[in-house]
This record gives sequence, structure tokens and C-alpha cells, in this order.
Amino acid sequence: MKKIKKIKIKVNGKFSLINDNLSLSIFLKQLKIPLKKVAIELNHEIIDKNKLKKIKLKKDDKIEIVHFIGGG
Amino acid sequence: MKNDKLVVAKKKFNSRLIVGTGKYRSMSECAKAIKLSGAEIVTVAVRRVNISDKKKPLLMDYINPKKITYLPNTAGCFTSKDALRTLRLARDIGGWKLVKLEVLGDKKNLFPDMIETLKSTEVLTKEGFKVMVYCNDDPLMAKRLENVGACAIMPLAAPIGSGLGIQNTTNIKIIRSQTKLPLIIDAGLGQASDAAIAMELGCDGVLANTAIAKAKKPFEMALAFKNAVVAGRQSFLAGRMDKSIYGNASSPKKGII
Repeated sequence: MKKIKKIKIKVNGKFSLINDNLSLSIFLKQLKIPLKKVAIELNHEIIDKNKLKKIKLKKDDKIEIVHFIGGG
Repeated sequence: MKNDKLVVAKKKFNSRLIVGTGKYRSMSECAKAIKLSGAEIVTVAVRRVNISDKKKPLLMDYINPKKITYLPNTAGCFTSKDALRTLRLARDIGGWKLVKLEVLGDKKNLFPDMIETLKSTEVLTKEGFKVMVYCNDDPLMAKRLENVGACAIMPLAAPIGSGLGIQNTTNIKIIRSQTKLPLIIDAGLGQASDAAIAMELGCDGVLANTAIAKAKKPFEMALAFKNAVVAGRQSFLAGRMDKSIYGNASSPKKGII
């Protein structure tokens, strides 16, 4: 059986080990992120949520997932 | 009073009270306080999603953004770069263009860094944002913000979260007299009467967070702020009597026995 290569990425400041060649769309689904309530940044660039499927995650990618919380 | 509405960036609001959603003990307490305050605009912060604890309640589950206008705020940003990043992300969450800009320059007093604030206002306005700007109670800076396209001027009453009330009523009056933009007192109010004073100075609205959230009884204070803003506005529209240093009897002299 072929061993799946793992890559290290950073999500909201924490390291995460994921399968190589994973799309951003599937990764966010695995995290159960409610897409309508968040914004996504990949390597400091805001990602159009309609284009998540086309983006393959690479080693050392930095993802930020943000939402609204209580604040003044 | 029915037609007396707060108008910000061409949007009309019945309530002149804007409330923050931070510092409450729970989401349900926050939601109830907002309801009691009658506010139609609430400020919200942009923060990382907690990936490890997905059961944490979401603000949007308690406060419906279709019913209450979310005003994304850059609270906690100390540079123009961070503030721009935050508001661009906020816009991407759901198309929010009406935003509150707050670029802080001083961790102890939380005073705004007006140079960074001015720069950010200009950039955001060019990007199509409608920017309500937290600022010092400085008439010159308020004018500059207006010149670069701010849609509302939001001077502080006192340092954020201090509860000291309006420290410089003269400057607020000067800012009022020089601008037709919505003037909203932001930060530093401590009790309902502070809100009434702001409205009597001719402000278009007030923003309160800590004063309500950290009151001994937040629900009662939310209601008190609602009433104070209405009373202050009515008082301003009614126009106060002339002041005199002498007494002036209320009863007629004629017919005194």
C-alpha cells in the first residue's frame, strides 16, 4: 500500500499535519467550519470562498479562519 | 420624534444607541441586554475561530445579523495594516461594508493613534467601505477624518472602558458645530446620564459597551441607556431655556396677598 505523504501547515497559529495534495475545501469540511460565518485567509491573502476546491494545500501554508465574536 | 432617525451612510435607524457585544458573562446575557437596549447596531470583533472547541457558542446564533446590523470593529488593532486586514476579512464574512475603525496607539489608555487612523480611513474609503471612525475629541482631527471620507465621527468621551463620562464637553460642542456627519460618542461612558448629556450636546448617537455589560445589573442598565438616549435627544430638540445667574420666580407677582 502506498504511504500517503503528510505535510505540515499552520492553522490559526497552530501546527497541523495533513495529507499532501488536500484541497482547502476538504480540509475546512474536515474541521466542520461553517463557511457562511467565516472568512479565510491563506498566506495573508483572503480566499474567495467559491474557489476553495481549486486550492491545494502546500507545505508551510498558513491558514487563518476568523469569525465575529463579542466586542466593543 | 417618529421621523427623527439616525442616518449613517444613508441607512436609517430608529435607535440612536449602538451597543458593544463584549464583556458579557454569556452570549444569552449579551443578547438579552441588546434586546432591552433597543439598539439596532451592535459592534462585533473579528477573531480566530476556535478549532479545538467547536461546541463554543457562536455570536451569530444569538444575535441575528439579518435583524441587527453588525458593525465590525477593529478593536485591538495597533497599526493601520492590522486594521485594514481585519476589516477586509470582516467584509468577506458576509459583505459588511459599514465598519468601525479603531486604531489604538497606547496600551495603557487605549487612546487612538490618529495618524494611523487617518491613513486607514482614507484607504478604506477608497476601497468602498463606509467607515465610522473612533477618534480623539480633537476638532482638527475630526475635520481631517471628514475630509478623507469618514461616514461618521466617533470621538471618545474618556478612555475605553474607563466609565468616566464625557471629559471635554467643549470639544464635543465644537466638533458638533463644524460637522454635519453623524457624531457618535464612543467609549468611556459610565452610566445612563452620560448618554443623556452626549445627546443634549447635539450628538447623533452614543455607543456603549462596558457601561452596560459591567453594570451591577446589565439588563436594567441597558434599559436605562435606552431611555437616557431618548430623553437626551428630546431635550436637545426641545432646546434648553436660557441660563441666568439670578433667580426668577415661577409664580406671578400679581395678586400676592
